[in-house]
Amino acid sequence: MSTQTDGSAGAPARTYSSYSRNVALRVLMTREMAIVVALVVVYLYALGNIQFFDGPLTLFNLSKEYAPILMMALPMTLIIITGEIDLSVASTLGVSAAVTGVLVIEHDLSVPTAAVLAVVVGAVLGALNGFFVAYVGLPSLAVTIGTLALYRGLAEGLIQDKRIAGFPDTWQDWPTERIGETQYPNIVIPVVVLVVVFAVLLHFTTFGRGVFEIGLSDEAAHFSGVNVARTKLVLFTLSGAVAALAGVYVALKANSVATDTGAGFELKVIAGVLLGGVSIFGGRGALHGVVAGVLLIAVLNSALQLDGQGSEVIQIIIGLLLVGSVIASSNLSRVRALLPRRAVKTAARSTTTPPTPTPGDDTRKVVQ
Amino acid sequence: MTTSAPRDAAAPLTLALRDVAKSFGAVQALKSGTLEVAPGSIHALVGENGAGKSTLVKIIAGVHRRDAGVFELLGDAVDFGSTAESKAAGVAVIYQEPTLFPDLSVAENIFMGRQPLGRGRRIDRARMHADSEALFARLGVSLDPRREARGLSIADQQIIEIAKAISLDAALLVMDEPTAALSGVEVQRLFAVARSLRDEGRALVFISHRFDEVFDLCDTVTVMRDGAYVSTSRVAETTESEIVSRMVGREVAELFPKTAATIGDVVLDVQGLSAAGEFHDISFQVRSGEIVGLAGLVGAGRSEIARAIFGVDAYDEGSVSVDGRPIAARRPRRAIRAGIAFVPEDRRQQGLVIEGSVARNIASIIRRRLSLGGLLTSRAENRAAAPWASTLQVKTSALDMRAATMSGGNQQKVVLAKWLATEPRLLIIDEPTRGIDVGTKSEVHRLLSDLAGEGLAILMISSELPEVLGMADRVLVVCEGRITADIPREEATPELVMAAATRSAATTPPAPTASSDKEPVA
Amino acid sequence: MTTLAPTRPTESAGVRVLRTVLRSRELAIVIVLVAIVLFATARRSSFVFSADGWRDTLLAPSILLVLAVGQMVVVVTRNVDLSIGSTLGISAYVVGKIFVANPDTSVFVVFAAGIAVGAVVGAINGLLVTVFNVPSLVITLGMMYVLRGALTHEVGSERINAQDFPAHFEKLGTQQVLTIPVLTIIALVVVAVVGYYLHTARGGRELYAIGSDPDAAVLYGLPAARRVFGAFVLCGALAGLAGVFSTARYATAFSGTGKDIELQAVAAVVIGGVAIFGGSGTVWGAAIGAFLLVTINRALPILGISEFWQGAVVGLLIIGSIVLDRVLSIRRQHRLLEARDHA
Repeated sequence: MSTQTDGSAGAPARTYSSYSRNVALRVLMTREMAIVVALVVVYLYALGNIQFFDGPLTLFNLSKEYAPILMMALPMTLIIITGEIDLSVASTLGVSAAVTGVLVIEHDLSVPTAAVLAVVVGAVLGALNGFFVAYVGLPSLAVTIGTLALYRGLAEGLIQDKRIAGFPDTWQDWPTERIGETQYPNIVIPVVVLVVVFAVLLHFTTFGRGVFEIGLSDEAAHFSGVNVARTKLVLFTLSGAVAALAGVYVALKANSVATDTGAGFELKVIAGVLLGGVSIFGGRGALHGVVAGVLLIAVLNSALQLDGQGSEVIQIIIGLLLVGSVIASSNLSRVRALLPRRAVKTAARSTTTPPTPTPGDDTRKVVQ
Repeated sequence: MTTSAPRDAAAPLTLALRDVAKSFGAVQALKSGTLEVAPGSIHALVGENGAGKSTLVKIIAGVHRRDAGVFELLGDAVDFGSTAESKAAGVAVIYQEPTLFPDLSVAENIFMGRQPLGRGRRIDRARMHADSEALFARLGVSLDPRREARGLSIADQQIIEIAKAISLDAALLVMDEPTAALSGVEVQRLFAVARSLRDEGRALVFISHRFDEVFDLCDTVTVMRDGAYVSTSRVAETTESEIVSRMVGREVAELFPKTAATIGDVVLDVQGLSAAGEFHDISFQVRSGEIVGLAGLVGAGRSEIARAIFGVDAYDEGSVSVDGRPIAARRPRRAIRAGIAFVPEDRRQQGLVIEGSVARNIASIIRRRLSLGGLLTSRAENRAAAPWASTLQVKTSALDMRAATMSGGNQQKVVLAKWLATEPRLLIIDEPTRGIDVGTKSEVHRLLSDLAGEGLAILMISSELPEVLGMADRVLVVCEGRITADIPREEATPELVMAAATRSAATTPPAPTASSDKEPVA
Repeated sequence: MTTLAPTRPTESAGVRVLRTVLRSRELAIVIVLVAIVLFATARRSSFVFSADGWRDTLLAPSILLVLAVGQMVVVVTRNVDLSIGSTLGISAYVVGKIFVANPDTSVFVVFAAGIAVGAVVGAINGLLVTVFNVPSLVITLGMMYVLRGALTHEVGSERINAQDFPAHFEKLGTQQVLTIPVLTIIALVVVAVVGYYLHTARGGRELYAIGSDPDAAVLYGLPAARRVFGAFVLCGALAGLAGVFSTARYATAFSGTGKDIELQAVAAVVIGGVAIFGGSGTVWGAAIGAFLLVTINRALPILGISEFWQGAVVGLLIIGSIVLDRVLSIRRQHRLLEARDHA
């Protein structure tokens, strides 16, 4: 390795460019952008070719149905980036819906009070997952398969054979009322707020940097002073709280709560996150990709529905997209390695014998 | 370049590699590897870290495929696509890092895939255990073949690797630093076995940084430098200094430029630190401007002590304080705030987020300071990282390059940059120059010397004895989890350090003799 | 550092086996299982001591038993197969279709067909996982969707019912030999054969090695890809067999057959003490886990716990099992460290 740069005292200060690829490549040649493009293409295709897709109800229904999925996908993104997984979100949603329903309809609590309590319950359930994963050291896959059953069991136990239906009209209608003259229901507002909050948390805070570091190497993160356990606890708690919020919404939207409310949502959430370019091994992903991933599933769903296809077709497509996207992303890095970069001189070992350092050149001050 | 290996004209060479090349992406790890090993001989392969020895070994083992060059085994051209193929062809390899299956028993680890079978192709466990015990007897150790491999000491793991390789009954046995974690007695046992294998007509390749071992055991020696073949000679016809100068391409004396520094107040004070199974009753101090070297065999507990001080691992008893203020256990962040910087042994796993960018790695500790109103931008990180990259002369084209694409020396500079950015009071550095090239090595040494000169307290763990003796103001020797010697710079000799490093707690220190001295690893 | 361990007194093989059994993780769940059966029987003797009760106790777990064995083989290699519920559904539908086309089809042909369908699905999973080197969790999650979707697309709201199945096949679902149901006997044979293979064959031990450290397995030269592929084929084939079981037992096949059973199979494996990240555990454990999971569901109402809380109890069981495993492993680690100090 050549040492010509340390030849003299006060070695010339090197300058570094911040990025190895120009802006266009950096933004466009990403996994996330591929999904955004796919979303736009599918949307435009549906607008042009599918009858009634341009109708006023399409975006409204789509937002209404996929709001809870998108909400739960946000903390799930962070959890998967740390290399963990939370399979219990849909069951937490179920518990929250049940708590809301039982409190409002059986105990006559006001909806806001019940909602707050439900979210607290959800946060506690999430924290329990986090405790097992972060502090007991259990694999999240196993823990959350367990709590998937446990929390669903709690929801069943709370509801039993009671009929929970009929929320107060004002609250029941609010989430699905339109925002002014737009095509979007009110629920879009909290969803957008959450998207922004999670995007900032993941991409523009030290906490978010820690999340990525844990996913890339939790040992290196630990050695850099990142509190790995606390970070995971916070994420699982957030996941529980957000799932609970989604649960309140789902209960109000349906105006009833059943023992299987939200059952199976966890797989849709995970499919959306992975489709959005988040690596199941952790360490990689971006929130705009996840939003695009969930919306892609949503748009495909409503387009196919309007086209007269059954729900099973969308199931097949989600499945194929999921399989295709992991295969593509695990092979994309190989493809990208072939793309031109600025020459990486440093990586190649110099072929010459290292020059002998001249004595007396160790006066260079390193620490200011 | 000197002549090629002397050989018996009648028998084909067991192994012949000529001008073998291998690149990983842009990094050319091996440019022209040449190695010719005759049957019935023990051949040493020496070179600095990064000289390409391990890549050569992995090509022989079938882990990597060569890009170019000749590769012959017993006279036939071969091209292994997997380790299974090389094994079938009669090659056994002991890798630097033990690769055991922690959930399986010791015996299964040795015989996996070729367990002795009884009736109905059923694994004959009794015979497998008996065979294992026979192997251990030959190596002079007593290990229970039935216990699971999880939790074994590094030395025991290495013993299992050796037993595994011997049991393969291979024509060629390659040993990549097999003695790094072994005590003197174990090394002698291994050598006895190696000699008996040689006398059976097998060929052995022995990689080591301990020259006394090379001279003790081997017949021929091949030197590599910077991924290329340098020379092959008979061990009897060469000297240590000849080999060393070929390895590094210049005189060694220049490697350790330690300048005198004013030694000030106590910065680090460790009292009675103990952790079950790791280390016991460790007490010492490091002063401002002082470099304290922690020497000892691999696995003696030096890294564990460092990790406990920094707080990434727990300890059972004792206390750690910096500048007189106690540091809470198991809280790396508090340790960082108190002014401790810790460059760990395993750069790729612990020192760096290896898949992360240069900028994020350098800014990873100081990023809290960089955020404005809780918001942190890549721009702020890049701006903070650039001057430190420049100060340490990190060679990279852009700050968003992944650390994984860089050479070991550059990676180490990134780790140092990340810690120096915190402006620490104490630097703990574990194996400062492991796996980095000669040029950067001297840069790192000079840097450490300068830092001490500016009043930083440095605790340096090193398995390279010359490094410890050249750099440290004071050498603490750790043996089996206890500090067995505290030697000031003037009195530190290789003999003294080695005696302390291999003394077992129960016995009196053996008088250093010419034959039993072992350098503590590399 | 020293490798000199105290020499252990030699003990007879019998003592060693006994000690292994007594210390085993499997014994813990057997005790729980026996306790539950005893309590339930004490409350209501017909739980076991009636023709139907006895038959149900043995028959009910047979489907999950077969699935858990297959799942265990995959999990031990540090993989997971979430598509087995869909595979079961497809196999059940194929079996139904065969009988609709020709009611006289031999039972053996039907079994072979169901197993073959499952093996094909398993082979697809195995190929995707090993060739593209992608995580099985995602691949089999995707396959679960694709297969279930394809099945629903094909079947629609059609339902193959009892009258479509020939009597000799329906009878198989409840038939007993020496009071033991035939399906249970087949399931136990599967448990025994696979368990024997994993314990005593080189290939079986290699599955453990691969799960214990996949990188070391490759470095060691084990045929890791081939073994993992084989594990997926076996798991698929057993899911196919479970599909045949399901039609024989319930005499029905529709688009939803076998839905959500994959998580139960994973749960059974985890309860049985198989590490979710591979390398350790036994087929016996997984089988007992499946037995326990099914039996506890049947026993809870008798034990006075409302059926509505069953899900919660199952969840607690899963969490309890993995916490137990963790505690045991920490204790073992401590013992090893202390042993090193005294060596």
